[in-house]
Amino acid sequence: MHFSPFKQSVIWAVVVIGVLLILPSFFARETVEKWPSWVPHKQLSLGLDLRGGAYLLYSMEPGDVRKDWLENLRDDARRRLRDAKIGVASVGITGGSVQVRLTEADKADAAVKELRGLAQQIGSVLTGTTGTDVEIRKADGGVISIVPTEQGIQNRISNAVSAAIETIRRRVDPDGTTEALIVREGASRILIQVPGLTDTTELKKLVGTTARLTFHEVSRDMSAEQAKQTRPPAGFKVYEGGAREEGALVLRETPIVRGDELSDAQPGFDQRTSEPVISFRFNNSGARKFGNFTKDHVGQPFAIVLDDKIVSAPVIREAILGGSGQISGNFTVESANQLAIQLRSGALPAKLTIVNEKTVGPSLGADSIESGKMAGIIGGLATIVLTIMAYGTFGIFACFGLMVHGILTVAIMTMIGASLTLPGIAGLVLGIAMAVDANVLIYERIREELRAGKSGIAAIDLGFNRAFITIADSQLTTLTCAAVMFWLGSGPIRGFAVTLSIGILTSIFASVTVVRLLVSYWLRSAKRTPRGVEVPV
Amino acid sequence: MKWLPNFKGMDFFPHDLRVPFMKYKGPAIALSVVLMLLSLTVFFVKGLNYGIDFKGGLVIEVQTVSGGPADISHLREKLGKLGVGAVQIQEFGSPSDVMIRVEQQPGGEEAQQVALKKVQDALQGEYTSRRTEIVGPAVSSELRFTGFLAVFVGVLAITAYVWFRFEWQFAIGVIVALAHDVLLTIGVFSLFQLEFDLSIVAALLTILGYSVNDSVVVSDRIRENLRKFKRMELNELLNISINETLSRTILTGCTAIVVLVALYIFGGEVIRNFNLAMLLGVVIGTYSSVFIAAPMLGYLGVKREWSGAKGTGVTASPPPSAARASK
Repeated sequence: MHFSPFKQSVIWAVVVIGVLLILPSFFARETVEKWPSWVPHKQLSLGLDLRGGAYLLYSMEPGDVRKDWLENLRDDARRRLRDAKIGVASVGITGGSVQVRLTEADKADAAVKELRGLAQQIGSVLTGTTGTDVEIRKADGGVISIVPTEQGIQNRISNAVSAAIETIRRRVDPDGTTEALIVREGASRILIQVPGLTDTTELKKLVGTTARLTFHEVSRDMSAEQAKQTRPPAGFKVYEGGAREEGALVLRETPIVRGDELSDAQPGFDQRTSEPVISFRFNNSGARKFGNFTKDHVGQPFAIVLDDKIVSAPVIREAILGGSGQISGNFTVESANQLAIQLRSGALPAKLTIVNEKTVGPSLGADSIESGKMAGIIGGLATIVLTIMAYGTFGIFACFGLMVHGILTVAIMTMIGASLTLPGIAGLVLGIAMAVDANVLIYERIREELRAGKSGIAAIDLGFNRAFITIADSQLTTLTCAAVMFWLGSGPIRGFAVTLSIGILTSIFASVTVVRLLVSYWLRSAKRTPRGVEVPV
Repeated sequence: MKWLPNFKGMDFFPHDLRVPFMKYKGPAIALSVVLMLLSLTVFFVKGLNYGIDFKGGLVIEVQTVSGGPADISHLREKLGKLGVGAVQIQEFGSPSDVMIRVEQQPGGEEAQQVALKKVQDALQGEYTSRRTEIVGPAVSSELRFTGFLAVFVGVLAITAYVWFRFEWQFAIGVIVALAHDVLLTIGVFSLFQLEFDLSIVAALLTILGYSVNDSVVVSDRIRENLRKFKRMELNELLNISINETLSRTILTGCTAIVVLVALYIFGGEVIRNFNLAMLLGVVIGTYSSVFIAAPMLGYLGVKREWSGAKGTGVTASPPPSAARASK
């Protein structure tokens, strides 16, 4: 039962640091900010269920990503073969791959060589393997298929999710000032958490649209009605009209320019009609493409398409070489503003759907905090009373250990930025009950040794030493459970698992080491009787 | 620490008491088997009242704007006409708070959003929303799968740990006790059709942790006694070990129960079922480690040649009954 002065000071230093770490959480944020810089400022963050806010889990459609990619591959394949002067009879997408039919079958090898250039090397950090994202397969009769590999698709989806996260961040949190949390969850999901927000309508509108803006050539040969009855010409497709537009049009599928070549988009008003419009400006390459197209198609219409719906189809009066223009089409001031934000922040690579949504109002959160506090105080008091009743003076030491336990658990949570949730409070309280168990094991053991006729000091020593093995064993099993919860659980379960694990880890220090130190202090001044020390347990 | 008053705690436990647990092992295990079978039957006949996490759908918790009591029958009528399928409405915590559950809508993730909008529009003006939650079909089936997987993996992980630290016989006792705890808790939830959601899975895992905690304490003592009393008859030894740790089992159990009762009463409506599951689990878990896990060793037998220094730590004189047995 001896502690070197060094050991003692380390133990007390840990306790003091713990107190300093939890201190800011008891004061208002404004007060804390005025504190000197050496005092910790970080406050315990509260989970959404306690402070109120919105939680949205979006899922990306892998089908969209795949379709987009195949379309790109098709266009690239066509261009490459054209540049290499290899005759192509048809290029199309069938069954998840791009099929190329050559006019001359004997040029197949040259075509394969050319198309190999499409494949990109990708590596997986996880498995350490490398491969290409597409495979080029040659079949008989001058048919070549470009097949995406599983790894390639995963890679695409992963990149698309990253891009979507960036886009969402630019839309939701343009200045980086809100506390919105936007993170990847699993392979194809995105989690958005906005504390304090309860009406998610605006947020959903902002996130939910892909905002894929494209400019298309309008077919001169066929109207939409004709195309619907027969078939649109190769490379063309029927697009439905948006809100005000007269109707569907047949457009070339490959756009003239895409929205990602926009350098700016601002809401404004049309000078003549004073209806809300969006003015945009292309970057250099976008302006060149658009300029070239308008130069060759003066007097013909072109279509502005947003998310596969035609917004408007103005007629080109003269070549637009400056690279700027205006989109009009039944906007309100608000919707024009929103679309401008979305265009500025870029398009989402694929459609996102909400698969899980939670909102908690601030009043419910406050109520939960109140009831959590109440339960914590009453549970804590009951534990203290029980412990002191059962173990007398040593019970007081145990209670001090429990306090240290609570302080350190909250301190570690503050330090690592884990947020406290309602199930977390339950985990915290349960952790206290588990910490009591450590002391119960020790003290029962001391009593047993005393009954077996051991002297006071020997009994205390044996009690602490022997019980420690049992404590470690039983805590480790609980830790195993918490690990499983963290690994397989989501949201609330994870919060619970984190607090429970931290509670278990700190309980060894608080309920064994700290209590042992207190007992050693007590032993120094304990009254010696002829039969040794009278142990108040 | 002279300033601190020296006073002894109340050692209320009769330490000379030797409950012949091993004598009851037959009936106790039989009872547990019957209860487990009953739980399984109830589970298969009545099923579980799955919460939104597992079933999908919407939950909206609202409060009247006026602060007065909510008119539930009026609400029921109003929301019943929306065409969003079965709507469950109940008071939640206080008369002005209402919990509305709408079943999962057919037609994928977006259909859920449409239904939420309909319900919110219908409530507009009279009620303010305190909490909404939508769980779509993809997430609910995923949560159901990972939820059950978590319990399964939890049981296996613990069993592996016990096997590693003790002997396989201990691990068998523990796995049976754990299965018992999980089945009985599920049985009670099925019987009373209490809502079974993700938080209950967390509770089940915690119960596993608690129950095995108890079993480990007893097992530790058994191992110690096996080293100490090399010739004692096994049933006798198991009985002594259970009795020696009984005061700890009861005291820790009582503390946990007191804390959980406080959480149950004051912890608020949201985690009430969670606390109920924990309470049930602590009681069942304590029972199973005393009456199932340890007595199972009586049937399975256990290795008697334990290495390690003789009497690591304690060299207590054998209790009277042990002395008799070793003669």
